[in-house]
Amino acid sequence: MQKSLHIDPGKCTGCLQCESACSLENEGMFNPSKSRIKVFTFHDEGRFVPYTCTQCDEAWCMQACPVDAIVINAETGSKDVLEDICVGCKVCTIACPFGTINYNTSSGKVVKCDLCGGDPACVDACPTQAITYVDANATGLDKMRAWASKTDNAT
Amino acid sequence: MSWTKKVLRVNLSSGTVTEEPLNMQWANDYLGQRGLATRYLVEETDPACDPLGPDNKLIMATGPLTGTTASTGGRYSVICKSPLTNAIACSNSGGFFGAELKFAGWDMIIFEGRAASPMYLSIENEKATLKPADDLWGKSVWEADKMLRTKHQDPQTRIACIGRSAEQGCLYGAIVNDLHRAAGRSGVGTVMASKNLKAVVVRGTQGLANVDNPEAFMATTKAGKKVLAENAVTGQGLPAYGTQVLMNVINEVGALPTRNMRETQFEGAHAVSAEAMAEPRKSDGKPNLTTNGACYACTIACGRISTVDRTHFSVKDKPEYWINSGGLEYEAAWALGPDTGIDDIDALTYVNFLCNEDGMDPISFGSTVAAAMELFEIGAISTAQTDGVELKFGSAEALVWAAEATAKGEGFGRDLGMGSKRLCEKYGHPELSMTVKGQEFPAYDPRGIQGIGLAYATSNRGACHLRGYTIASEILGIPEKTDPLESDGKAGLVKAFQDATAAVDSAGLCVFTTFAWTMDDIAPQVDAACVGDWSSERMMEVGERIWNMEREYNTKAGLTGADDNLPARLTTLPANVGPAAGKVSELDKMLPEYYAVRGWNTDGSVTSDTHQRLGLPG
Repeated sequence: MQKSLHIDPGKCTGCLQCESACSLENEGMFNPSKSRIKVFTFHDEGRFVPYTCTQCDEAWCMQACPVDAIVINAETGSKDVLEDICVGCKVCTIACPFGTINYNTSSGKVVKCDLCGGDPACVDACPTQAITYVDANATGLDKMRAWASKTDNAT
Repeated sequence: MSWTKKVLRVNLSSGTVTEEPLNMQWANDYLGQRGLATRYLVEETDPACDPLGPDNKLIMATGPLTGTTASTGGRYSVICKSPLTNAIACSNSGGFFGAELKFAGWDMIIFEGRAASPMYLSIENEKATLKPADDLWGKSVWEADKMLRTKHQDPQTRIACIGRSAEQGCLYGAIVNDLHRAAGRSGVGTVMASKNLKAVVVRGTQGLANVDNPEAFMATTKAGKKVLAENAVTGQGLPAYGTQVLMNVINEVGALPTRNMRETQFEGAHAVSAEAMAEPRKSDGKPNLTTNGACYACTIACGRISTVDRTHFSVKDKPEYWINSGGLEYEAAWALGPDTGIDDIDALTYVNFLCNEDGMDPISFGSTVAAAMELFEIGAISTAQTDGVELKFGSAEALVWAAEATAKGEGFGRDLGMGSKRLCEKYGHPELSMTVKGQEFPAYDPRGIQGIGLAYATSNRGACHLRGYTIASEILGIPEKTDPLESDGKAGLVKAFQDATAAVDSAGLCVFTTFAWTMDDIAPQVDAACVGDWSSERMMEVGERIWNMEREYNTKAGLTGADDNLPARLTTLPANVGPAAGKVSELDKMLPEYYAVRGWNTDGSVTSDTHQRLGLPG
């Protein structure tokens, strides 16, 4: 069963535990500036929104890469950057409509979420279940349940 | 290791910025943040110095766990001599600024001297630069934050800033970071203003990669988070209701100081409680509380994000306040509400916004307004002083006027900015000031909760609940229940809380974790992060060492046992209603026992035996 990251901004408190965990998993240090998932705080609106790669099927980044450094992970469905091949041209960062693939100045390569190979660290770190890892075929299940509970016959 | 082992020294007189190694011997003895920075202050300054003169220093310090993934590991403290109390000042703040400073590679910043004209410090990793701030001076924290973001063009920048109140000499000026978190108490912002330093802007992308034992660290911090999540206070009460969960609880036990602490229960408490913040209001059907928010790495998330009712008189013509921002926490809600007799939650929320926007400690501000209202009631102040405003208990209009005037340092706002002690002295009634060592009380009445009275009287930074939160035991039963009306045995309880808190404040963690965590939960996290063995016993010893070092600083600053007191109102005027009716604070019984438990002389000075045993400086 393929799984997807499922983000519910309504549950996010903006604590950045996900960014801390992501940077530790991928960079070996606590360093939110190097995290592949980002929490955006909208102060005036009182909202916190985590955001990361959605692993598009026909990924713009993958299509745009001139050296085929972005490949599909058959097991998880994630689009992974092959660091050895990436030349740091950043064309993928232009191609991605969502801004979720970024250049890392320390390595000279691009970085993006690779679902930690199927066990996302951000999910484990999130204290409020704002980020979950669910069946990719039913990411809408929570919302369906919420609406279902509002129907007249629900008790 | 977890310390970056780097200190940034900023001399504002000469305009120089230098890097130096952290004194690791002191880190071993004092851990970090509160303890370590105080050790530096003791070494480098004369405790008798003028707190607003160039000889005072201001230290912003992180703890070893700041910036790590340990829950609540995002704290920093500001240490200096206080202009409000002339004693040690140490104010702790959350938000994201402290962690960012650590990610930039710095354990602490020591500011010394005084700049000839307004400056701000810009830090980008190892690069630190003093820059002119003439355009920022005279602006509120919120305005300055906006201007600095435009200048720096990096949305991830974190900013700590002072407001107009501190610039105008308000003695309880706070340093506000991330728009609504604050190193709030004892006038640390006023000291920053005295140095002509408007703001510190920091961006750190280096991260932290040096915890001593990463595997043990991840295991112990994960276990710690589980304890917090499963505890009723930290897992449910604080995220849902914030610290405001206490408003109705403390009112019911008859320890909610009301109208400048004349009374001990407030008839309007429910209207300004956590429960009221969650009720939909008439005008737009939305509750005051929008959501809860966390500081860096905090898995509790007690912070309140609130709005003011747009139809409320305070903001109906000011659309700039039709936003979400930091909402009412218990202490602020009490000082602005019950202590002034005001039950208008929108007025309180708006004034709380103003306290954040212009960097005023809402506890000291609210308590000072309460004292002014009593002075007005007895005729010591009249409308001649207040621009015609009827400064009466219960008047939300008067509170809003007072906040706007104090924020800008205008008219009577300058008197209010002196704090309750100096205000009451100026108008001939020092007995009406509800302060210890010149600092205003927080939200628990020592007549109804005996232990907290001793904690207030002996707190090294003047009246404060965060120096020994015996409420945990006396009201909430953490770690075990003691009778709040009983003074016996409270000396030992106060000492234990004071020492433990000093250690937690030096680690980079938030003291709210201790609703669920004991030192046996905390020490393993510190031990895994830092070199050397950090047992619970060692943490408590470090806490005791810090407490005694602060005490000796205060002694050298001129304070004596006579300053370990409470206003006569609390020791002679019995509580009027509620479970504590008829009780006064029994400080006189507890204090000698406390000195004995501390290993101090009967006059409250540290004995040479205790000094030697703890290896204190000097």
